[in-house]
Amino acid sequence: MRVNNYSDLLAWKKRCPRKIDYQINVLICNGTSCMSSDSELIIKIFEKELKNRNLEAEIRAIKTGCFGFCGQGPIIKIEPDDVTYVQVKVEDIQEIVESHLINHEVVVRLLYQEPNQKDLVEKSSGMNFYKKQMRIALRNCGEIDPENIEDYIVNDGYFALAKVLQEYTPEQVIDIVNKSGLRGRGGGGFPTGLKWSLTRKQKANEKYVICNADEGDPGAFMDRSIMEGDPHSILEAMAIAGYAIGASEGLVYIRAEYGVATRRLKKAIEDAKQSGLIGKNIFGSDFSFNIEIKLGAGAFVCGEETALIRSMEGFRGEPDKKPPFPSEHGFRDKPSSVNNVETFANIPAIILNGAQWFSSIGTERSKGTKVFALAGQIRNNGLVEVPMGTTFREIVYDIGGGHPQGKEIKAIQIGGPSGGVITKDFFDMKIDYDSLISMGAMMGSGGMIIMDEDSDMVQIAKFYLDFTQDESCGKCTPCRIGTKRMYEILERLVNMQGTPEDLERLRILGENIKNTSLCGLGQTAPNPVLSTMKYFREEYEAYAYRTKKTTYSIDAKKCIGCTKCSRSCPVSCIEGTVRQPHYIDESKCIACGACYDACPVDAIIRP
Amino acid sequence: MIKKILDTSTLDKDLLKQLDAYIMSLEGDKQEHLIHVLHKAQKLFGYLPQNLQLYVARALNLSGARVNGVVTFYSFFNEKPVGKYTISVCMGTACFVKGADKVLSRVLELTGMNKNEISKDGLFTVKDVRCIGACGLAPVMTINDKVYGKVKPKDVDDIIRHYRSIENESK
Repeated sequence: MRVNNYSDLLAWKKRCPRKIDYQINVLICNGTSCMSSDSELIIKIFEKELKNRNLEAEIRAIKTGCFGFCGQGPIIKIEPDDVTYVQVKVEDIQEIVESHLINHEVVVRLLYQEPNQKDLVEKSSGMNFYKKQMRIALRNCGEIDPENIEDYIVNDGYFALAKVLQEYTPEQVIDIVNKSGLRGRGGGGFPTGLKWSLTRKQKANEKYVICNADEGDPGAFMDRSIMEGDPHSILEAMAIAGYAIGASEGLVYIRAEYGVATRRLKKAIEDAKQSGLIGKNIFGSDFSFNIEIKLGAGAFVCGEETALIRSMEGFRGEPDKKPPFPSEHGFRDKPSSVNNVETFANIPAIILNGAQWFSSIGTERSKGTKVFALAGQIRNNGLVEVPMGTTFREIVYDIGGGHPQGKEIKAIQIGGPSGGVITKDFFDMKIDYDSLISMGAMMGSGGMIIMDEDSDMVQIAKFYLDFTQDESCGKCTPCRIGTKRMYEILERLVNMQGTPEDLERLRILGENIKNTSLCGLGQTAPNPVLSTMKYFREEYEAYAYRTKKTTYSIDAKKCIGCTKCSRSCPVSCIEGTVRQPHYIDESKCIACGACYDACPVDAIIRP
Repeated sequence: MIKKILDTSTLDKDLLKQLDAYIMSLEGDKQEHLIHVLHKAQKLFGYLPQNLQLYVARALNLSGARVNGVVTFYSFFNEKPVGKYTISVCMGTACFVKGADKVLSRVLELTGMNKNEISKDGLFTVKDVRCIGACGLAPVMTINDKVYGKVKPKDVDDIIRHYRSIENESK
C-alpha cells in the first residue's frame, strides 16, 4: 500500500484488520525479557495450534511488545476477556487453547495472585500493577504487533504526521509542543519545544533530527521497550520534528547491545518507506524526510549529546564543551535536535489530543507521564508509566507490590549513575523533575532500584562510581582522575583501611568534580556518593571508624538447628548440635555468605 | 613488529572480500561509517587484530592511529580473539543488587580463566557487561544471543555443561 495523501491513509486504516474483527485476540509478549523465557516458541506453538484446529479466522495470535510486567513473564493476555496469564510455559499452551479459547473457561492456575491476597486476579484491569498507571508513551506496547505497520495505523498511527502536514505550519507545531509542557525524558528535562525552536531558528542548508537511543543507565529499559514494542511511533515523531525544525534527515543512534530493538526499527523504517510514510513528498506535501540507523559500540558517555554526535561521525565518543549547543553546531556541524526515545513517543499523542490535554496531566512544571523501570528488591519488576506527581510510595507499594519477602525498603536509587537516593522519609514526595533535583537526585532516564534493609549503601555508591570511572572518556581531568581517586578512597573505606578524614576528603573532591567537569557524566558522577553520604552518613562512619561488623552471626531465637549452615561453611566456623541453636566463630568467618543462602529459616544475620 | 601489523596475508581472503564489498556499498562519506565498518569486520573475523584495523584504515583512507583509537574507546570491540561462546554477565545495578558478582565468579571458576580471556578449549570468553536492559530478570547472563534470566550461581554449572555437551556431540 502506498500512501500519497490523507485520504489514502484513511482508506488504508479502514482496511486494516482490527481486533474486533476477531472473536478472540491472544496477545503474547515478545519483548527481550519474555523472549528469554521462550515466548518466541510459545507464539509459534500457538499459531500452529490455531492452524491445526482451523481457528485462524476467529482467533488471532499477536506477538506484541512489552507489557511492562517483566518479573512475571512470559505474559499472555486474552482479549476481549481481559484475562492475563503469567509465567506461561510451553506446556501450558494446550490447556489455554482447549480450556479458554474453545470452552471459554479461564485457566485459573495461570492467573496472577496479588501479594497477601487469596484471590486470583481474573481481569487484567483489576491488577494493582496496572490500576494506577496511565500509558501515553507506552500506549501501544503490549497492544500491537510492532512488526506490523497495519497494527500501528489502525491505532491512528501516522495520523499525527498527516495532521501536522495538512493543518499546521512548523511554528504552530513547535507552539503546540511548547504549550504541552513536554520536557526531555532522557535526563536533564530540557523543554522539548524550546529545543526545537532553537534549532528551527538556525539558518543552514541542512539540519538533523537525532533520536538518542543510547540508553545506558544501568537499570533503565524503557527506551528499549518502546523501540521493541512501538517502533513506528518514534519514526512518526521524528518526521514531525523534522517538519518542525526544517530537517529532511533523521538518525537513530542506538546501542549495539539492543539487537531486537535495532531489528524492529529497521523493519519499521523499511515498511514506512515502502508505504511512502517516510521518504519524498510525504502525504503529497513538499516535505521529505529520511531516517537512518547509527549503531553505537558500547560507551556510556555517548548518551551525552555532543559525545553522541562525535560517535555518529565515526570518532571516539568524547564530549565537546557547550555552547555551542547541537542546536547550532551539531551533526556534521549542522543544527541538530537531539531528543530521547521516550520524548519522541509522546509527540504523536500530543499532536492528536492537543497541548491542553497533555498539560492537564502532571504537576505545575512537569507535565504528562513518566515511565519508570522498577528493579532490585521489589515484587513486581517491570516498566510502569504514571502521571508526574505520583508519589514514590504509590509506585513502590501500590504498583510495585513492595518487597518480595515483605522486608522494609530502605531507599530508592533513582537516576542511575547520575542520580541519588531517596530515603523512606521522603516516599510521600510527589515525583517531578524539580522535586528530585531538590533532593540531590535526578530523574535521569527513570530507572528505580529498590533497596532493602540489607543493602549496604557504601557498596552501592562504590558500585556506581566504579561504573562512572570506568566509563569516563578521559578527556577532562576532574572526571578522569577525580572519579578514580574517589573510587580509591571508597575502596579504602570498605576494606576497613580508611580514616574519618576520608569522609571530608570524599565530599570536597566530589563537589569539585561536579563543578569542574566538562560534560554531564562528570558533573553528575559524584551524585550517588554525595547523596548516600548525606542520608546514610552512619554507614560511612561505620567504615571510617572501623566499627562496621563484617562477619555473619546467627539469631539463636530463629535457629532450628538443622545443621545446613555448618555443612555449607567452607572454613568450618559454625558449631552446634542438631536441633540446638548454632553459633558462628566470628574470628574465623570469611563472610562468604554460604550459610546465609543455606539457612531455611532466615536465622543468619548478615553484616 | 611494524611488518607484522602491515602483513594482511594472515587474514582470510574471502572475508576480506566481503568486507570490501560492504565498504563499497556504503553511501556518502565513508569515513563517517568507521564504526559500522568495524562492527562488520568484527562480525566477519570475530575480533579486530591490529593488521585488520590497519586494513580498515587503509580502505577508508584514515590513519591507523585513528582507527585504533576508536577500537580501544568502545567496549564492544575486541582486539583479542574470543571464544566460540561469549558469556556476558550483566553488571547493571539491578543485577548487582541481586548477586551478579557471585554468578560471575562461578562462571570464571567453572571455565577456569580470567575475564576477557579465551578458555583453553577455545570455547568460552567471559565478560562483565553493562546493563543489557533485562532488569526484570536480574541477575542476567547471556551466551552469544541467548538470554538467561534469574540465574543462581548453582544454575551456571548446568548452563556451561549444556554448551560443553553440544560441542562434544558435534565432535
